[in-house]
Amino acid sequence: MKREITLPVQPEEVREWRVGDLLFLTGTIFTARDEAHLLMLEKEESGEGIPFDPSQMALFHCGPVVAKAGDGWKVIAAGPTTSIRMELFEDKYLETFRPPIIIGKGGMADRTQAALESVGAVYTHYTGGAGALAAKRITAVKGVEWLEELGMPEAAWFFEVEAFGPLLVTMDAAGNNLYKDLEPTIAENLRNTLARIDAG
Amino acid sequence: MGSMKIQEALAVALRRAATELPEDVVGALQSARQRETSSMGAAQLDAILENVSVAREGSIPMCQDTGIQTFFVEAGVDSPFLRDLKGWIEQAVSKATADIPLRPNTVDPFTGKNPGDNSGRYMPFINWDLVEGSDVMISVLPKGGGSENMSTLKMLSPGVGIKGIKKTVIEHIVSCQGKPCPPTVVGLGIGGGADIAMKLGKKAVLRKLGSTNPLPEAAALEKELLELANETGVGPMGVGGATTCLAVHVEHAHRHPASLPLGILVQCWADRRAQVRLHADGSAEVIA
Repeated sequence: MKREITLPVQPEEVREWRVGDLLFLTGTIFTARDEAHLLMLEKEESGEGIPFDPSQMALFHCGPVVAKAGDGWKVIAAGPTTSIRMELFEDKYLETFRPPIIIGKGGMADRTQAALESVGAVYTHYTGGAGALAAKRITAVKGVEWLEELGMPEAAWFFEVEAFGPLLVTMDAAGNNLYKDLEPTIAENLRNTLARIDAG
Repeated sequence: MGSMKIQEALAVALRRAATELPEDVVGALQSARQRETSSMGAAQLDAILENVSVAREGSIPMCQDTGIQTFFVEAGVDSPFLRDLKGWIEQAVSKATADIPLRPNTVDPFTGKNPGDNSGRYMPFINWDLVEGSDVMISVLPKGGGSENMSTLKMLSPGVGIKGIKKTVIEHIVSCQGKPCPPTVVGLGIGGGADIAMKLGKKAVLRKLGSTNPLPEAAALEKELLELANETGVGPMGVGGATTCLAVHVEHAHRHPASLPLGILVQCWADRRAQVRLHADGSAEVIA
């Protein structure tokens, strides 16, 4: 099902979405890769806190190419990065900051799935490498945090987006997981193929 | 493309590699879209093809991961420029990083510091081969981190033979799922030694899609592995579908009797590359 979503969204609404839905987002999203996740968790733990509220946005696993444009910034390319690297701490991040939508590629594992269910969030897959297309749908760069410490790809960038997608829901808050659904078919295909190679 | 100075040719090649997907790769993606029966897989290929057009039209990088700039140089031993070439390539990468721009991707493994211009120890990396003549052929292969992380070396027992190679490759492609941004181009380096197999695999990725390996046994292996890879059902971006790989390319070297090294180099759908030829009179041209 195609859904045009305006951020922020509430967990009750997100719990309705299912694997296979295609989302197009309008509103504010922020980028975070490994380093930004760790830094935010660290700041929260130390009591310092972070200067924005991830629950009002969508979390984008992305290390963009951004260029200075006058006083501001312009996004050159901003496709998703491989999400599974964040599996180490994504459950803790979800439970601490409650972003309702994760945008990434390749899917994540059991700990993240459990956290999605507990906080009412979905994991969506954005076409890997579609950085130019993504940049076209980003209408403004609203700001950046921790650029000095983390560098361009790892910093947290805030993007204003319009009809950002297609984002394919591959893990939902009801415990469905597209990757898991595909596994038995792919495993059977593999068994058949290996048997044919052996026989050949 | 006419003749130009080497600095200019390298700049054009680096921009072309980052922003214009080679026609053979675009063609392979279009055929994959026509064949695709999964709606979710088709949506991925549509997004890729639209993205490729947006990048080409705007002369902007087709992927935010503009990669590590890796070079393969076939240097004619009679070229008068062998002393200068390394410096020219390094300058070109640094300048292209600011001009295109490319993402600054090189990071010091100990301090985490990023010099900001894709330079650093051994970076950009240049593979040198000496050849006859006075021309120099410079190939650039910008390679993203997501697919490079899925590259691997398998030191097989020679007793498993070619069958063992086939099984290992297909098992590996399935184990990668969507992580290397399929449909991928898979370069296989067979034989040599551990380092040689990996280098040959990367070199195999440079080959044009649709070209045939001159060695019939290798050509047959490429064709069979491509068919088998596409039967796995992993599909575009791992969401299921008919095309998991666009091509499988093989390079080989003689091996030690006790070893059967297999380098599996995985390249994402953004199989970016460009080539510059530098002549002895100092003129250069971008040829692909």
